Amino acid sequence: MSSNPALAIEELSYAYGPKKALDQVSFDVDTGQCAILLGPNGAGKSTLFSLITHLYDSRDGHIRIAGHNIKTDPSQALAKLGVVFQQPTLDLDLSVLQNLHYHAALHGIGRKEATKRIQEELQRQGMFERAAEKVRQLNGGHRRRVEIARALLHRPRLLLLDEPTVGLDVPSRKAMVDHVHELTRTGDIAVLWATHLIDEIHPEDRLIILHAGCVRAAGSVPEVLESTDTTSIGEAFETLTRRREAA
Amino acid sequence: MTVMHYLRAFKGITGRELLRFVHQRERFISALVRPLMWLFIFAAGFRSTLGVAIIPPYETYILYEVYITPGLLGMVQLFNGMQSSLSMVYDREMGSMKTLLVSPLPRWYLLTCKLLAGVMVSVVQAYVFLLIAWLYGIEAPPMGYFTVLPALILSGLMLGALGLLLSSFIKQLENFAGVMNFVIFPMFFLSTALYPLWKIQESSVLLYRLSQYNPFTHAVELIRFALYEQFNLQACLITLGALAFFLAAAVIGYNPSKGMMQRRGGPN
Repeated sequence: MSSNPALAIEELSYAYGPKKALDQVSFDVDTGQCAILLGPNGAGKSTLFSLITHLYDSRDGHIRIAGHNIKTDPSQALAKLGVVFQQPTLDLDLSVLQNLHYHAALHGIGRKEATKRIQEELQRQGMFERAAEKVRQLNGGHRRRVEIARALLHRPRLLLLDEPTVGLDVPSRKAMVDHVHELTRTGDIAVLWATHLIDEIHPEDRLIILHAGCVRAAGSVPEVLESTDTTSIGEAFETLTRRREAA
Repeated sequence: MTVMHYLRAFKGITGRELLRFVHQRERFISALVRPLMWLFIFAAGFRSTLGVAIIPPYETYILYEVYITPGLLGMVQLFNGMQSSLSMVYDREMGSMKTLLVSPLPRWYLLTCKLLAGVMVSVVQAYVFLLIAWLYGIEAPPMGYFTVLPALILSGLMLGALGLLLSSFIKQLENFAGVMNFVIFPMFFLSTALYPLWKIQESSVLLYRLSQYNPFTHAVELIRFALYEQFNLQACLITLGALAFFLAAAVIGYNPSKGMMQRRGGPN
């Protein structure tokens, strides 16, 4: 663990009225790491993401993005954060370029610099030729690529992905998984990827298993397998989530 | 965050709003058809039955069409404010509101930018309406077309802020019909948009009191006086006060720790 992780979560709890959605959640994600947040539906992944993105606020616990506390210093923390939400958030009636310029403006990036970065990111995603098209004309996979390009425009230290492959076909899914892993290998960035699809995990990833609002396991893939005495991630996941249900 | 960052974000938000407005021509046309119907049909029909005495800012007897023109300008802005509110709820349902809220500027600033963008749109609509009214023969003093601009901006801000506040309460688009019934219609009919206060008082003291406390009444009066090159201090102060109240309440409504966002029972 580095002293200044890209994301640090300490004893975070959150409840909807009497219903606890998160209970004492703590974990770190370091730069260069791809952390997979694995959990069944209703595990608390979306609540956790809403707290990290400051759409919600919790009185219990702390969230720090690149060292900035989201509660006391939200501007600096959000400036270091790129997000791809589960639900598409592009404006369908605007072009790819207009959507990206809008995002750049919200992050205070000047027109000239924004044009340069948009070109770079779209080329990286193989979407540069589609820049003038309306988002409505793009398929689901291409829209996701634009959202990733958008999330990276302001050069964040942490990229959050909330089940971004939902609804994509197999080749688009694979391309996305490979691309994001490539980012952590080459860029100065950490990734937190929420999913419930085990085949999206690479062997070198860090695993965080969330179930019923609690972190059931956190560590490298071999560490999690060893602690659960299992041989595959699927088996480990089953064991951890079943044990809780039985309890 | 630098000043340039704030300016760029403002440019980005208003630019997006204008682009959306240009793309939605039907919205522009329907926003104009509504007050024009009132002007061409309702006002013409009631011209002879509703006599209007000489009241400030008018210095002579006026036709009913002349009287309701400022009220219809208010109507354009009232509907535009609610339209912005509707589009905020739509943005939230579609997820694009999240893009705005996770950007690194203070939330009050982002919401104010959104509000100003909506006001720009409503001012354009108001001037197009004034042009058509002028072609129809309803003429204000030439300077009035300039002096009405600050009044339109202030009333547009107040009604936009009300829309913003409502959007923080409305859970789904379907609930919007209630806004029409419980906000737009009472605000419009219980105001000086269609008849002067003394006329309402003649019929019912209760309705007169309600109209007096309606901020829309004061927005309409502010516009009416400004269109005739006069300044109505009372109307201006009340409109400003209502703006401050609605905007502050809307910012609280969108605040992650205090507002309605997280009382809805789960992430959407």
